[in-house]
Amino acid sequence: MTMTQQTLLRVAGVTVRFGGLTAIDNVSFDVHPGELLGLIGPNGAGKTTMLRAITGVVRATHGDVTLEGDTLNGLPIHKRIQKGLSLSQQLVKPFREISVLDNVALAAGASRTRSPLKALLHVSQKEEAIIGREMLERVGIAAYADQKPGIQPLGILKRLEMARALALKPKLLLLDEPLAGLNSKEANALASTIADINRQGVTIVLIEHNLGEVMRICQRLVVLDNGRKIASGEPRAVMNDPAVRAAYLGGDTIAEAQQPTLVAAGGKHA
Amino acid sequence: MEYEISLLTSMAISVLFALSLNLITGFCGQISLGHAAFLGIGAYLSALLSKAGLPFLATLPLGMLLAGVIGVVVGLASLRVRADFLAITTMGVGFLFVGIVRQQEWLGGELGVSAIPDSGLSKTGFMLLSLGLCLVTAALCIYIRKSWMGRVFNGVAEDEDTMRVLGIDVPRYKLAAFAIGTALAGLAGGLYAQHLKFIGPDSFGFVESVTVLSMVVVGGIGSVVGVAFGAAVLSALPAWFQFIGDYKLLVYGGLLFLMMRFSPGGMASIVTRVVNSRNKAQGDRT
Repeated sequence: MTMTQQTLLRVAGVTVRFGGLTAIDNVSFDVHPGELLGLIGPNGAGKTTMLRAITGVVRATHGDVTLEGDTLNGLPIHKRIQKGLSLSQQLVKPFREISVLDNVALAAGASRTRSPLKALLHVSQKEEAIIGREMLERVGIAAYADQKPGIQPLGILKRLEMARALALKPKLLLLDEPLAGLNSKEANALASTIADINRQGVTIVLIEHNLGEVMRICQRLVVLDNGRKIASGEPRAVMNDPAVRAAYLGGDTIAEAQQPTLVAAGGKHA
Repeated sequence: MEYEISLLTSMAISVLFALSLNLITGFCGQISLGHAAFLGIGAYLSALLSKAGLPFLATLPLGMLLAGVIGVVVGLASLRVRADFLAITTMGVGFLFVGIVRQQEWLGGELGVSAIPDSGLSKTGFMLLSLGLCLVTAALCIYIRKSWMGRVFNGVAEDEDTMRVLGIDVPRYKLAAFAIGTALAGLAGGLYAQHLKFIGPDSFGFVESVTVLSMVVVGGIGSVVGVAFGAAVLSALPAWFQFIGDYKLLVYGGLLFLMMRFSPGGMASIVTRVVNSRNKAQGDRT
């Protein structure tokens, strides 16, 4: 990618090892302000681990993650969130005792909850409830504001998770498989919502298995396989890359993909 | 009348003590099986300072301060452990307190501290002071519940990992809960020492920690009114039925078990269930 372009998030040479297993191997990529970047790859490619290294759930063994030039290395999760990251989790985790609106308002109150003392001295949730309602409208579930999350279907909860992440007013929104578990109609609708949110000016990194929707809404892709970055760039070009095709169609390694004769020979023997 | 005044006083102290644990365990979801240690810290400090000549009322804030500071230290040690391991850690703190106090000559050792000087208040005056402080504590708890701090505590109790993702500094909130809860336990301790005029290491052992936890659980974990009611009733029981005093651990431990098994929300949730049975049935499913 062009280095002259402004960078919001920079992942530089990040390696994550769990004991002997290298989950992420020297991966680098940049996220530019305003873009919708798809981070894709087959199962076990290391996408979620990459995301966790960005949010701080796992610590990178090597490499740097910087947001607007500030390093995030060594910071705990909440500090990274306070600096402008926001995560919509793959497994939706609403607080079930409070209403859908209160869930979003809780996130919107980030400035009030930064220190316990400040939190103790403030009671009113009025402003946060207004922001909360706005966010619910943005993701299209304002009608459910006063209900409890426990009884809602997954489609609503996925949108709630996203509204809550948006309420933090992030510089960068990380979406971890928001379409997983939805039927094609719901997935299509939610993907359109994601594209809308991006158009409204939110920079997004989207991890997703649903390639059809990824191709439809993402402006740029980064492809991981076996913990390594194997391609990046404009979606159509990336998907035509032989290495990417091999990764998705079952070639085991990049090496094999680069030696198509070997793969073909193996196929004949089988 | 003398008897009723004394009973009301000890009920008020128990309620205050139970509310202090409710702040940590009920609001913030951090279980503690050693909470009596903080009652003990407040009690010993107040008793010793009173004997040294300090006016009783001046010893109360000092007891709160010391208990709160040690509470934060214990909280710091507890930040890395969760749920059952936290229960074991705090239980260890309880045993540590009793173990240390037993060995210290200047703390009265096995014999404890007796002949604690009078507060200068009449019996009725002291009862009113206890009741007043108990009410202020209950009001504080209700306020905290309504504030942003209460919202965060709720979230930490339900799912602290998600709270981190929402940018919440979870350790600081846990420490805040420990600080406030243990300081209030220290306040209860000061009143306790003054009320009984005698304290010993056994007054603050494991049995007391289980007793106060059962008060919280029986009343309804997290519910201020429920816990106050539960603590008031359970603290009066031994006065009404002599045998309960002899089998404290059995009775309170049994109650704790029964409540956890059949109504984890305590009496508060039984009441809500009866009042609003349909909605509640849905809530429990989730």
